[in-house]
Amino acid sequence: MSGFDETLQDEAEAPVRVRFVVNGRKVACEVAPRDTLVDCLRDKLELTGTHAGCEMGACGACLVQLDGRAIHSCLIYAVQADGARIDTIEGLSEGGVLADLQAEFHRRNALQCGFCTPGMLINAQELLSRVAEPGRGEIRDALSGNYCRCTGYEAIVDAIDAVAKARSKGGVAT
Amino acid sequence: MSAPLTSLDRPNSYIGRSVPRPNAKRLLAGRGRYVSDLKLPRMLHAAFLRSPHAHAKIVAIKTDAARAVEGVHLVATGADFARICTPWTGTLDHFKGMTSTPQWPLPLDRVVWAGQAMVAVVAESRAIAEDALELIEVDYEDLPIVVDIDGARKPGGPVINPGSASNVCFRSQLDSGTVDDAFMHAAHVVEEEFTFGRHTAVTLEPRALVADYDPSAGMLTVHHGTQTPYQFQDLYSRHYGIPEARVRVIATDIGGSFGMKLHVYHEDMAVVGLSILLGRPVKYVADRMESFVSDIHARDHRVRARMALDAKGEILAMDVVDLTAIGAFSTYPRTSVVEGNQVIRLIGAPYRLTNYRAALEVIFQNKVQTSQYRAVGHPIACAVTERLVDMAASKIGLDAFAIRELNVIPDDAYPQTSPTGYRFEALSHQACLKRLHEMMDYDGLRAEQADLRKRGIYRGIGIAAFVEITNPSPAFYGVGGARISSQDGAILSLTPSGEVRCLISVTEQGQGTEAIISQIVADQLGVAQDHVRVITGDTEVTPHGGATWACRGAGIGGETALQATRVLKRNILEIAALILQEQPSALDIIDGEVVDVATGKPRLPIAEIARIAYFRSDTLPPGAQAQLTVSHHFAPQGYPFAFTNGIQGCLLEVDVETGLIKLLKHFIVEDCGRIINPMLVDEQLRGGIVQGLGAALFEECRYSDTGQLMNGSLADYLVPMPMEMPDIVIAHVETPTADTVLGAKGVGEAGTAAASACVLNAVNDAFAPFDATINSIPITPAKILKALKRF
Ligand code: FES
Ligand code: FES
Repeated sequence: MSGFDETLQDEAEAPVRVRFVVNGRKVACEVAPRDTLVDCLRDKLELTGTHAGCEMGACGACLVQLDGRAIHSCLIYAVQADGARIDTIEGLSEGGVLADLQAEFHRRNALQCGFCTPGMLINAQELLSRVAEPGRGEIRDALSGNYCRCTGYEAIVDAIDAVAKARSKGGVAT
Repeated sequence: MSAPLTSLDRPNSYIGRSVPRPNAKRLLAGRGRYVSDLKLPRMLHAAFLRSPHAHAKIVAIKTDAARAVEGVHLVATGADFARICTPWTGTLDHFKGMTSTPQWPLPLDRVVWAGQAMVAVVAESRAIAEDALELIEVDYEDLPIVVDIDGARKPGGPVINPGSASNVCFRSQLDSGTVDDAFMHAAHVVEEEFTFGRHTAVTLEPRALVADYDPSAGMLTVHHGTQTPYQFQDLYSRHYGIPEARVRVIATDIGGSFGMKLHVYHEDMAVVGLSILLGRPVKYVADRMESFVSDIHARDHRVRARMALDAKGEILAMDVVDLTAIGAFSTYPRTSVVEGNQVIRLIGAPYRLTNYRAALEVIFQNKVQTSQYRAVGHPIACAVTERLVDMAASKIGLDAFAIRELNVIPDDAYPQTSPTGYRFEALSHQACLKRLHEMMDYDGLRAEQADLRKRGIYRGIGIAAFVEITNPSPAFYGVGGARISSQDGAILSLTPSGEVRCLISVTEQGQGTEAIISQIVADQLGVAQDHVRVITGDTEVTPHGGATWACRGAGIGGETALQATRVLKRNILEIAALILQEQPSALDIIDGEVVDVATGKPRLPIAEIARIAYFRSDTLPPGAQAQLTVSHHFAPQGYPFAFTNGIQGCLLEVDVETGLIKLLKHFIVEDCGRIINPMLVDEQLRGGIVQGLGAALFEECRYSDTGQLMNGSLADYLVPMPMEMPDIVIAHVETPTADTVLGAKGVGEAGTAAASACVLNAVNDAFAPFDATINSIPITPAKILKALKRF
């Protein structure tokens, strides 16, 4: 045998009950201690808008809001998020929070395959909640943990720039 | 209104208009339907044990402990698949003498690269499957490892494929004109050896498929993140012996592809086999580490090239040797020699060149396969050609623009045939050069460069002209015996409510296929674009076709849609004419209404024609049968390829202390013929350029000398991120192809084709005050400092 300890595997699989408020709704589900939050959201809660591109915090595809702040859902275990408020792309879309960003991304074609897009939007929202009118350099800097293979990033930067200007002009709450 | 009316002022004129993609809203709302999202009832998950050795004999595989794990349904090795699947060989008939050994889903007796899938485990979850993998024991016997090009070519060295005399997969020669003579009489000769590192596609969504074999129906359904569903329908059918009509491949949303997702991968074939063995749906999604060691890589080339010029700077001849290493097999069904073949045929393409000689040698090694990835061969051909042109310019004392103006094929000199056999219908190098010169403010940049240099700031300006292969005809794979279609098909219906549904074989990966097809249909039929629904990517529903690869979506798929729409329009007007007792030729359709051609007066909504045809056919004259669904196919004829062209420019700054490069701005003037949606074209160009810039500066699959990939994660393998990428300025020249009504050519490879060549030229330009040159891609800080002799 390879020295594999079967009790370890049993423990890794033993389910734990966690509760969150996901997109404004209370949910409870059973997860394995080793399940990451992105796995839990995608597999258990069927919220597949949150994507996994690298599972090591390098690509930004898995960004969600946890208690209002953008976090990498691949870098935390579901059990660590027990009791937290989690907002995913689905909830933020339905709540209209991202509507202006989404409209501007659409208008400028700031996405191609769309796999990076939920993470991009959540990061953009986070940036605009911190900085009212970021410069283009600041936008690029803020997005530097969001990998996109399809676009050249420029339309994404343009879209965020335009929304930043519109929001600060119109005083739209962020 | 003072501006003159253009064709875009007609109602329903969508060709040439920047409209957003209708399907993008779903993706923005997190409602994409990627294969990695898919969950089917009773679905199981596959994981693969991968070889830790680059080359070894498999002596024994012990799987009992893995089979005993709770939740494990199947552990399968190569032999299990060999019983139900026929092997495949990645060769094409027209590449004479090409060899590659047969491949099975999982290896039978040897592993040939580190990371090769060895054993499959199917379990109730991916995690359980991975747990079980840990319990599998394999006894290997090391075999000699062949890693680099020189090692692979060493006479008497280790041979990868038993029974072969050498590690050569393919050799090819081109020779036209009088090359030796030209070099003998040249006033100037420049020569260089270039190396191009391996890089890979790194699509953000890794490869994913769910295979679902239903034994009761004898039916295989595969949800597959691929660009070419019809190709896989054919392959699954033939290799697993299931009638083609009972194999359905569905490719819905795909998280990036770029050529990487059209090759046959061992795991993908295995997953189909696992589903057949179990009679249940089986899902496999590669994780990022698996992607790095099993997705195809590309561009592993070493090219030695020289160019002869006369005293004025006119190019007389080129002589090229390309050595490329492709891994242990040639990929199937497109083969791994296409890239090298395109390198030697595209070198020199923008220029008047009659004396040309090239040798290609394609070599096996113990690494993962290389194969077609965005802009196959173009970046290498372009970098080699454009660097030599720049070297010649500085030797002769000509400016980078001046030497190109002197040598490009003049815009009025078409058609032309290249010495490598490519036939160019009409290109626009002169117009593109001129446009780029203005757009960059080239003279201003040169002045600024000179100023800054005095202050110790080293900027480089690089330009690179390119020719791009698009709209491939059957001359590409068809003649080689591969069942890869160059035709496309469309089925177009007027629905009972007067809307239009278009099922088409070209597929969508985010480049906007569905948008441009709906634009073409709406434009040609005379209806609003949002009344057209386009459906792609399901072999059971959409007609057979080539789908999306090698830049054929707009040029071939678009023409298919255009021709189909014209047939449907004719049919609608024939019924309208019967109802209105009018000649069809006196009628037209505008905004969903049948109108009088002469007066533009509305006569009848097309919805009314549909209602009558579907529900009140009793009111039509005897013998009238409304054909409101048309099926139409189109295959390119005329030129074997629609070549496009363009030129890129790059401005960057080299920090000579750190070796870091800052990209300041990038420029492209591009000619893809008729533009259907300018915004989508520009975004294709930007995305393509950024892929080329990644290759130029960051991306490299680095191997140890034991054949281990050393940077197989997104933390170690550098990809272009927003912060390092410049803004990109775009302009167009439009030279439509006369081979089709639409006139569109492809644009997907243009950005990638010349970006790294531009950067290479710009870095060497920045080096002008130093005694330094660089001839290797990616251009890393270490290579810069080494070239500057500071490291
Ligand atoms: S999946 Fe979390 S950052 Fe990439
Ligand atoms: S749109 Fe494809 S990864 Fe960003």
